[in-house]
Amino acid sequence: MHSLIILATFSLYPFLLAVGVFAITLLIAMYSTYAERKFAAFFQDRLGPNRAGPFGLLQPLADGVKMFMKEEIIPSVSNKFLFILGPSLFMITSLMTSAVIPWGPSLTIGGEKYALQVADFNIAVLYLLGVVSIGVYGIMIGGWSSNNKYALLGALRASSQMISYEVAMGISVVTLIMLTGTLSTSEIAAQQHGFWDDGWFTWNFFKNPVTFLIFFICALAETNRTPFDLPESETELIGGYHTEFSSMKLGLFLFAEYINMFVSSAIMALFFFGGYSYPWMDKIADPNMQAIVGVLVMFAKTIFFIFVFMWIRWTIPRFRYDQLMNLGWKILIPFSLINLLATGLGMYFLGKL
Amino acid sequence: MQPLTTRAKQVVNKEMSFIEKLYLPAILGGMRITFSHLFKKTVTISYPEKKRPISEVYRGMHVLKRDDKGAERCTACGLCAVACPAEAITMTAAERKKGEEHLYREEKYAAVYDINMLRCIFCGLCEEACPKEAIFLTDRLVPTEFERADFVYGKDKLVEGVEPQKRIDVSKRQTTEVLDFKKNLEYAHNKTWDPNKSIAKKKSH
Repeated sequence: MHSLIILATFSLYPFLLAVGVFAITLLIAMYSTYAERKFAAFFQDRLGPNRAGPFGLLQPLADGVKMFMKEEIIPSVSNKFLFILGPSLFMITSLMTSAVIPWGPSLTIGGEKYALQVADFNIAVLYLLGVVSIGVYGIMIGGWSSNNKYALLGALRASSQMISYEVAMGISVVTLIMLTGTLSTSEIAAQQHGFWDDGWFTWNFFKNPVTFLIFFICALAETNRTPFDLPESETELIGGYHTEFSSMKLGLFLFAEYINMFVSSAIMALFFFGGYSYPWMDKIADPNMQAIVGVLVMFAKTIFFIFVFMWIRWTIPRFRYDQLMNLGWKILIPFSLINLLATGLGMYFLGKL
Repeated sequence: MQPLTTRAKQVVNKEMSFIEKLYLPAILGGMRITFSHLFKKTVTISYPEKKRPISEVYRGMHVLKRDDKGAERCTACGLCAVACPAEAITMTAAERKKGEEHLYREEKYAAVYDINMLRCIFCGLCEEACPKEAIFLTDRLVPTEFERADFVYGKDKLVEGVEPQKRIDVSKRQTTEVLDFKKNLEYAHNKTWDPNKSIAKKKSH
């Protein structure tokens, strides 16, 4: 009987973890919208939303209720199936990326090992790149199916921007893979264990800051955040690819963007800033305690990057479209190729190969 | 030519250096500036809870005054309507019946007195034109409504209450000229005015 319960919980565990990660992702994305508005206000010497609940903390709920209550309009000239598929696909892909992120080292309870990662497989980095690329389909399908020229323009802008910056992002990830020698995200996190080892920092940022810079710029472009928010540029395109969307379908688009932001922040924390590792983590004797603190540290790093995303949004104006393409193709791609080469040479001469 | 401000910068069309072309120092500089704003005092005033201080002679919602005995001062002469540049004031005059002396001060009174608050520009010319000291602008604000018709204020909203606690203090809006004029007791509408009782007396010294 007892062993049956253990068996049941063990086989149920990945499902529970996946649901838990989804819930946390959605919660953080929800409160990112609140934080976005609050920080926007603070950066502009205002107060921000403060009427719904204490400090306006119930504002995301109010926004959500508003989104659900709005009239659901499907344009008569649109392709209905694709019109619904677009936002769903965008939402699904942005949620899928969180599956391969190790939120902490595994917990050991009653002799059983519980990994804090929904799916730990050896080509997780490729999976990440693949799923991120599918996200373009959501935008493109949504923009095209609404049969509106502004939506189509926005969708075209979005897809060409995302495809352009995926190249530079891919090359910077290749540099990272070269540095770490693995495609597994849990392996990348484990390699950056602690903070200082063997006379140098263990975190990848200190090993190759240029790669991080390229990755960060590409992440901004991939998530359609300022200064790369041309796809939806309200002032020029009335909202871009989600012009025709209303109610929760619009909500899904807007919400998926915040999930993207959360996930790419988590990926940056994981790839370059040690993931769940923190200085002097080996001083904590109990491995479970060490893992729990690690999870908190991982979330703290992620939230810091979300803050940086917002910080940038309220500082830098939007690019012009030709400037965006120039930066992507003429600067970032050559730069990341040179970086790849330099990293390779550096590793060769330092004898790290 | 002398520059207008000390912050004026000469525009130079020189080629940017490599560091400048990277834009990263400039972006970081901008981010430093925005970050410093996180710690600055907010300029927001949470309105219904906290109110911005207003002038002592603020020109807000009108009041139709009663005299010391509680009779309406307005005699429906129409001078305020003539003076009004926005043509916001309309009125209908009526004759006072016997036994209404406690309600209306003069033989003629305004049966209907409407101010359209959407037209009104709160210039205070009605107040200046009024020979009976019947209309004054106060420091009260006109509340928002959902219907345009609700902004046409009738006597029910404009006339002050009879009870002392419902009276509206307009002593700050009475200029020294008005106060001097009030001392001429020979003018008809000053006859019942008692300089010792009025709040205006307290202000005059």
